[in-house]
Amino acid sequence: MSPPPAIELKDVWKVFGRRAAEALSAVRSEQIGKDEVLRRYDCVVAVADVSVAIAQGEIFCIMGLSGSGKSTLLRHVNRLVEPTAGEIRIHGEDIGRKSAGALRELRARKIGMVFQHVALFPHRRIWENVAFGLEVRGVPRPRRREVAQETLELVHLSGWGDRYPAELSGGMQQRVGLARALAADPDVLLMDEPFSALDPLIRRQLQDQFLQLASMMKKTTLFITHDLDEAIRLGHRIAVMKDGRFIQTGTAEEIVLTPADSYVAEFVRGVSRLKIVRAHSLMRPLDATEAITLDATARAVDGDADLERMIRIVAESPGPLLVVDADNRPIGVVSETALLRAIHE
Amino acid sequence: MDSFRIPIGRLGEQLFALIVRHLQPLFDAFSAIVLFFNGSIHSGLVLVPPAAGIAVVAVIAWVVAGWRLTVFALLGLGLLANLGLWGHAMATLSLVLTATVLSLIVAIPLGILMAEVPLADAIASPVLDFVQTMPRFVYLIPAVVLLGIDAAPAVLATMTLSIPPPARMTAVGLKQVDAHLVEAARAFGATRRHTLLRLKLPLAMPAIMLGINQCTLMALSMVVIASLIGAAGLGVEILNAISTLNAGQGLVAGLGVFILAVLLDRMTKGLAERLASRAARGSAGG
Amino acid sequence: MDIATIPLREWAEATVLWCTSHGGPLFALVTGSIDRLDAFLRAALRVPPPALVVLAAALWALWRRGIPAAVAVALGLLLIWNLALWKEAIDTVSLVLIAAGLSLAIGIPVGILMAESATARSLITPILDYMQTTPAFVYLIPSVLFFGIGTVPGVLATMMFALPPPIRATMLGIANVPPPLIEAGNAFGATPLQLIVRVKLPLALPYVSVGVNQCIMMSLSMVVIASLVGARGLGTKVVESLTQADLAKGIEAGLAVVATAITLDLLSRPRSSAGRGSYT
Repeated sequence: MSPPPAIELKDVWKVFGRRAAEALSAVRSEQIGKDEVLRRYDCVVAVADVSVAIAQGEIFCIMGLSGSGKSTLLRHVNRLVEPTAGEIRIHGEDIGRKSAGALRELRARKIGMVFQHVALFPHRRIWENVAFGLEVRGVPRPRRREVAQETLELVHLSGWGDRYPAELSGGMQQRVGLARALAADPDVLLMDEPFSALDPLIRRQLQDQFLQLASMMKKTTLFITHDLDEAIRLGHRIAVMKDGRFIQTGTAEEIVLTPADSYVAEFVRGVSRLKIVRAHSLMRPLDATEAITLDATARAVDGDADLERMIRIVAESPGPLLVVDADNRPIGVVSETALLRAIHE
Repeated sequence: MDSFRIPIGRLGEQLFALIVRHLQPLFDAFSAIVLFFNGSIHSGLVLVPPAAGIAVVAVIAWVVAGWRLTVFALLGLGLLANLGLWGHAMATLSLVLTATVLSLIVAIPLGILMAEVPLADAIASPVLDFVQTMPRFVYLIPAVVLLGIDAAPAVLATMTLSIPPPARMTAVGLKQVDAHLVEAARAFGATRRHTLLRLKLPLAMPAIMLGINQCTLMALSMVVIASLIGAAGLGVEILNAISTLNAGQGLVAGLGVFILAVLLDRMTKGLAERLASRAARGSAGG
Repeated sequence: MDIATIPLREWAEATVLWCTSHGGPLFALVTGSIDRLDAFLRAALRVPPPALVVLAAALWALWRRGIPAAVAVALGLLLIWNLALWKEAIDTVSLVLIAAGLSLAIGIPVGILMAESATARSLITPILDYMQTTPAFVYLIPSVLFFGIGTVPGVLATMMFALPPPIRATMLGIANVPPPLIEAGNAFGATPLQLIVRVKLPLALPYVSVGVNQCIMMSLSMVVIASLVGARGLGTKVVESLTQADLAKGIEAGLAVVATAITLDLLSRPRSSAGRGSYT
């Protein structure tokens, strides 16, 4: 039997307001909209019927504008917010059942969180901030210091352990935030728009660092962002969220090439497709002539090659591209017209 | 250190004698004003039969603060009357009102001055600090020397304590008016006086009202102490009780002061809130 | 209307009698402890020669607040010394320290409790309001009735006056801890106690420091009233000057109080900078 998904959300709803339960049953039975809910029950539907399973080691990006409910949804995973309805499971365990003590254990050991505005404790040194999760668990001081030091090295901030947060730049502070989340070696990382408050140059650097660490550490990550480019860069899968619902879930390619509705389509318009669209989406089966004339060794790409690479090859030497599988057997062909069309549509 | 004692005390005494000699008419005038104010207010209060007085207070309490305070007023003042403390309470109240009114006449213009003229602030601020830190009891002696033993020295001593808070609050309230608004007024050609009267003072009202609230409470606490130099009222009962260790008398008189304090506090705060909300509505509509 | 007078005085009398007869041991314990503490503090403060104290205080003021403060403190203390009121000043400072110390020991925990519990808040806030509205004089009555004349009623009456500021300041300080920091603490699994001790209290420190300063100042302002019921110190001198109608004595005692106030204020005020408390 395959291992349970690292994070599983089943039919999760969150309604804010005193009459939340009433409002929820009304929404479920009558399908009323959020304006109606506000008017009738003075309640706000933040998360509406979200279900998703995230595999171990996957980086799952939730993307949406402000007010879409993404931050609220994220906080369900460590129960900083209680769902109005639905189940949340981590490694198969229903966290809604956990006692306060077990929940704290979970938060200290299994889940690390990185916040949009960093939230470092200004009255503590950097290493003490990083070691906070360990301190809460009662890990003795020398060991805490050791682990903090190691984790700081991971984010390339070795010499800064004894300083205070105010002495660091925004980007460095967020690296400390990342280190704090990683220090306890959790299985799950929750990241709430961690790089949004930084300026674009630093943001890119931190995204690179994060990718590096993620590939090395293989932690399941739930990543919130409103930046489509960031989601595409970082996420294995992306969910587009609007008004509390997942409008579409899929790989970057799926979302860009086959948007589920006009909202998503509008969202992804203007995104550069060069790194997203892959050969396997564009290829068509070889016809008889091509099977003979095209040489498998020259100008062949594998199914995963992105648009950018294919264009570069074709620019050097025009002609259709052969697509081969892992054993170098031809599986399809991509014409130049197909390439041109892919850039544009 | 024992060789030379700085004769501050003697110097102060001499300075004081100088002031008495040259400014006696001023203090006589002050005495007359106080006696007039206090006398009128007291006579007025005494004329009103307790039942009517309680009713009036209850109505005012209702208007400015709601039903809870009204109930408190009815029960509290009713109790005072029943326990035979009405006369004392009225004496205390008239002293408090006199002191408050006279203090505000001095304090609010002083506060305005402090806000508008930096030099005034530089001088007045430390003086106010000093006056507030000096133990209030010390003011009783010169007050008595200057004004004899009756209502006047009590009021003078009280004023030393009750002038600083409203002066400060007025100054702070005025200074905290958003500079952008003042700039806008200037851009439309408003004179300084116009800006002060029409813009700054209304906006500083909440702070000023808080200052009035503190002024009243300070006055009450000092008036009670002033019974040491003969001020009539509940303070006399308390002093009596302390010196004779009479628990019943003392606790009941203390309760009386407490009731007055709460009424004064809540009513001035309530009035402040209503003015503030009306100002907010007014400015939003206007 | 001829209604009979409510026998409130008699009830009060009876209650006090009951308390004093049943609470004897408790009152004696409180009186004994505070008196011993007072005697110890006064003896301790008398040990160093005045010159040393002046120097130490001036240096502390210099370190915390700079030259003008150091000068003010030095001049003030020298004045007290010169006016031959050093002994009385020590008695007063001892009283203030005990009253403020007890007020803080009770006040800060109560402030934390009120910050954490809405029930506590709704119960205690009206009590605090009443405590701050009542003129201080009134507190003398129950104090004297239960503890007689001496240092203790003075301390207790002072505490009634000095308790509200640290309670309010602590409550305000904890309420002002930025919510994202509390969320971060929770997200990493801190227990409520850990959250208070490691996150909330340290970040509330600026406010609590102001509360401490105010507590000390309020305690000092009660010193004369306290001496009306037997507490020794500068207040006694002021009261004497009043009864003897001796203005010179009153001025000198008064100035000594002002100097003590300035010294205590400058020594106990928090550092002006917010420290590293800025939250990003």
